[in-house]
Amino acid sequence: MEGFLFPNEGIIEWDLLIVIYPFITGLVAGAFIVSSLYHVFGITSLKPVARFSLITALSFLLVTPLPLAMHLGRPERALEMFLTPNLNSAMSAFGYIWFVYLLIVLGEVWLVFRPDIVKYAGASEGLKKTIYSALALGVYEIPEEALAIDKKIIKVLAFIGIPTAFLLHGYVGFIFGAVKANPWWSTPLMPIIFLMSATVSGIALLLLSYVVVSKIRKTPIDQACLRSLALWLMGFLSVNVVLEGLEVFTMFYEAEESWGIISQLITQKIGISYFGIQFISGAIVPLMVLGIVEAIGLGGQAKTVLRFLASAMVLVGVFAMRWNVVIGGQLISKSLRGFSSYVPPVFGINGLIVSAVVMSLPFVILAVLIYLIPPWQEEPQAVRREPLSFDSRPR
Amino acid sequence: MRYELKISRRDFIKIGAKGLLGGIIVSSIPSLLRGFTAAAKIPGTYDWEKHYWGFVCDNERCIGCGRCVVACKLENKVPWEPEYNRTWVERYVITESDEIFVDSPNAGRDGFAKAPISTKYDGLNIRKSFFVPKLCNQCDNPPCVTVCPVGATYKTKDGIVLVDQEHCIGCRYCIQACPYGARYILPDSSETHLGQVRVVDKCTWCYHRITKGLLPACVEACPAGARIFGDLRDPASPVRKILSEKRVYVLKPELGTEPKVYYIGFEKGVY
Repeated sequence: MEGFLFPNEGIIEWDLLIVIYPFITGLVAGAFIVSSLYHVFGITSLKPVARFSLITALSFLLVTPLPLAMHLGRPERALEMFLTPNLNSAMSAFGYIWFVYLLIVLGEVWLVFRPDIVKYAGASEGLKKTIYSALALGVYEIPEEALAIDKKIIKVLAFIGIPTAFLLHGYVGFIFGAVKANPWWSTPLMPIIFLMSATVSGIALLLLSYVVVSKIRKTPIDQACLRSLALWLMGFLSVNVVLEGLEVFTMFYEAEESWGIISQLITQKIGISYFGIQFISGAIVPLMVLGIVEAIGLGGQAKTVLRFLASAMVLVGVFAMRWNVVIGGQLISKSLRGFSSYVPPVFGINGLIVSAVVMSLPFVILAVLIYLIPPWQEEPQAVRREPLSFDSRPR
Repeated sequence: MRYELKISRRDFIKIGAKGLLGGIIVSSIPSLLRGFTAAAKIPGTYDWEKHYWGFVCDNERCIGCGRCVVACKLENKVPWEPEYNRTWVERYVITESDEIFVDSPNAGRDGFAKAPISTKYDGLNIRKSFFVPKLCNQCDNPPCVTVCPVGATYKTKDGIVLVDQEHCIGCRYCIQACPYGARYILPDSSETHLGQVRVVDKCTWCYHRITKGLLPACVEACPAGARIFGDLRDPASPVRKILSEKRVYVLKPELGTEPKVYYIGFEKGVY
């Protein structure tokens, strides 16, 4: 603590769990957008990860409410958000948006994987057969016409899913951006910045997990797919950096009374995580690495390693951004005269261990889903060794 | 024509008694109803549509004794630790070189008269120094009420922002939204009147007292007359008198929250 705080401000109210909450929602939105790039916009190069990105989005989506509910002072009253919502509150919308989005993603996953589920239900035995039969919802025959209808519905769901994903994550940005009491949060750019960084983090996560899973499965990595992911990552990351920079530059240029404390915040209190991790190692360096990979001729192995490293740095950078917003905003006293301090505890519900467990849950769910409904479509890899094109449509 | 009353004395008495009883019952209905409505109103000598409360803090009178903070903690069972406050007192010290120092040791609970609090700024070339009492502004446009996801915090018709602690889920969005730092979350150890923990608490201007015609505890305890409370609807109330005679200011007016704590003796840098 430093300078003057209002006496009630000594406690950081929104802590580590609230840092990982927007991080997880961001990954959901980003992963879903990758699957929609294939399903709606026909980016065929992303086909190898299209189904994978869909179940990744589902795995993270299922965990989203957990850190929120755990963080409540009275978690047993969490359902009041649905039962007695104050519709003026941005936060009350969470339950409804989340639920609608869950229905969309569940619907899309089911339709995309239905032919597989029916196939497994016929081929497996015992407990597995029961699970697949339950998942098939009693329909074991899928005629061609039904498949065609399914495909159309998938496209519609993927299409509706995009604005809903934007809503889910833009809403998270709005939660912070609409707090006029906090000069570090209060900016209409906040929802857009959250959206862009969400997309960035989702693409980076997919690139990482695609490489990891391919290594585990000992299958070759589709370089065209990897390159496509890297290019989309570069695009969204560039926009994201510009927006994040613009936000602070405007604060600096307008030099309102809060600028004095904000400049101290970003240079001293969160200097390392803000300039060092969020901007330099989380955005500028990865952009340069990805650019170099595109510019000079490297072997497939070297490209994969560099893209993998760049994505890992981006993910850490986006996490730092969440930290800088959530924690950074609370370090500033509303008296604009001082700072509180925060070091996350190791133990306890708000501690590092619990947060790490929450953060790893989506990966556990993802592993179960991959086991139950493998998203890989076993095709000869050579077929798709064609030049990358953004305007080709899925066949 | 002769008319014979064919009725025995016994029957006559019976009918008469029934009629009398019925008459008593029927005639008592209006007064019974009145009694019921009166019973329904029993705390109800107070009509919240007839009042609109206001508060004045006179910075020129506050002596920084901290009695208000103590009175508030005792009256409202606010945790004694300095991190939990419905009201507090800030000290402003402005030097000849225009430096401003602000502090509120233990939220002003222990006053400012004893060392080391009293000697903290010894050696500075002080131009002036003053105290500013702080409490919930009971904003007319309260951002805390807007953000509450379950509607547990609300504004009453007489203009007070309250928390339904049996409904609050403890999300703390209202704490983030309050520009004045007036809210806090009750720790596990707290023993409030409602017996709730891990929910949000805030100053109510002693709603339980003012609705009975009493003054808030801090106003009652202030020996210097620095805290003035009254009804903005009542032309004779002390608050109305001050608002019509003095020039007053509110905290952070640019945020559009429309605070109802008015300050006399405001100074640049008080935020």
